[in-house]
Amino acid sequence: MEINVLTFGQVADITSESSLKIPDVKNTDELIQLLEKRYPALKSIQYSIAVNKKMIQENKVLHHEDTVAILPPFSGG
Amino acid sequence: MERSNKYQRYHRQTVLKEFGTVAQDKLFQSKVLVVGAGGLGCPALQYLAAAGVGTIGIIDFDVIELTNLQRQTLYNVEDIGKPKAETAAQKLKLFNPDIQFPVYNLKLEPKNALEIIENFDLVIDGSDNFPTRYLVNDACVLLNKPLVYGAVLRFEGQLGVFNLTDNETDSLTNYRDIFPKPPLPSSVLSCNQAGVLGVLPGIIGTMQAAEAIKIITGIGKPLCNKMVTYSLLNNLFYEFSISAAKEKNTAFPKTKSEFLNFDYEWFCGAAHESNEITIVEFEVLRRKEKITIIDIREKGELPLVDEFLFTQIPLSQFEETVSTISKTNKTVIFCQMGKLSRAAVKLLTEKFPTCQAYSLKGGVEALKKHYHKSAQTSQIKPE
Repeated sequence: MEINVLTFGQVADITSESSLKIPDVKNTDELIQLLEKRYPALKSIQYSIAVNKKMIQENKVLHHEDTVAILPPFSGG
Repeated sequence: MERSNKYQRYHRQTVLKEFGTVAQDKLFQSKVLVVGAGGLGCPALQYLAAAGVGTIGIIDFDVIELTNLQRQTLYNVEDIGKPKAETAAQKLKLFNPDIQFPVYNLKLEPKNALEIIENFDLVIDGSDNFPTRYLVNDACVLLNKPLVYGAVLRFEGQLGVFNLTDNETDSLTNYRDIFPKPPLPSSVLSCNQAGVLGVLPGIIGTMQAAEAIKIITGIGKPLCNKMVTYSLLNNLFYEFSISAAKEKNTAFPKTKSEFLNFDYEWFCGAAHESNEITIVEFEVLRRKEKITIIDIREKGELPLVDEFLFTQIPLSQFEETVSTISKTNKTVIFCQMGKLSRAAVKLLTEKFPTCQAYSLKGGVEALKKHYHKSAQTSQIKPE
């Protein structure tokens, strides 16, 4: 299985790519663990997660070709 | 003014059959508050005034600077040093004299927010910092006012409509359902440091005005329970649906009195993430305001603390006594090492999400070390 990950704002700066493919993750917690290991700077920022364009607040099971978006808050105006 | 003249200026929109004079009348009667007359506020204000919104409130306590002019298109070089809210109102009054522009040359705070926002039908958030964004959000939730949210940084923008149900569901969502907790200040980038392409707030601010006009007139589908991100570099819009977060996840002032006591600067400050404060922060805090201090060590544990007044509630009795703790003051809890107090803070904030409780980092051991050190320094200090 493979998950599409879209990154925004500061998260995209950290991963240096706005889209990633991640294989073999069961759920969003596992995905975040993997990403934070690969990009340790992610641990120091706050972000929210959407699975298939729905914002989630808790761990969610992932399926093949799901799209996970990771968005940081920003406050500029 | 004659009835025929009243609509003349707006002919190009009243001629739209979905809009007509019915929608125009709704705009005439509506009252919109724009928080922040900056990068987002300027275009939003200009288009709301152009569209004929009857009353447009403007809040800003800042003055115009040269570096604002790259995106804040209401102002010119002659305006540098002048207050934004008043200057914006003067220009807009010339542009459309039929509109009322109440000016609030002040910083929005819990003590003034509700009475200002109460006067309006809808709020546009064009502020530039997290404390104001959470404050505006919470005030709009309490007063049940639709909020059009917009934010920008570098080449990316966010747009959303909060506190408004669409026709499909009854659900009401707000900023805290997307971002329950503010980011750590150390990780926050402002447009000051990180930059913003000037045209970007122009786009997002104009979209905020468009959402406001849609909501007021009832045309189209506003972005209820949704947030859109816009990437200027790639021309990508990405839309998310939002659902209401579980209550325990959000530290939300649920009543007006809780709101008045909520310190947004503090909430968005360094302490929130770990709910821990250092001895130095603690010293500053207890000199600044009345706080509740609780020792959760069991009775008789040493060393004794006599540097300040506190209440003793041993952790073993904490859960049953927790409801007696004041929720209006900030609470600092300490133990021997700073570990059990973290558990107590967790327990307290889970039960009372708006309670601003902090664990003293390092506990009594760090405390004693700190006082010992400051006593030494004062001793060796020459008279």
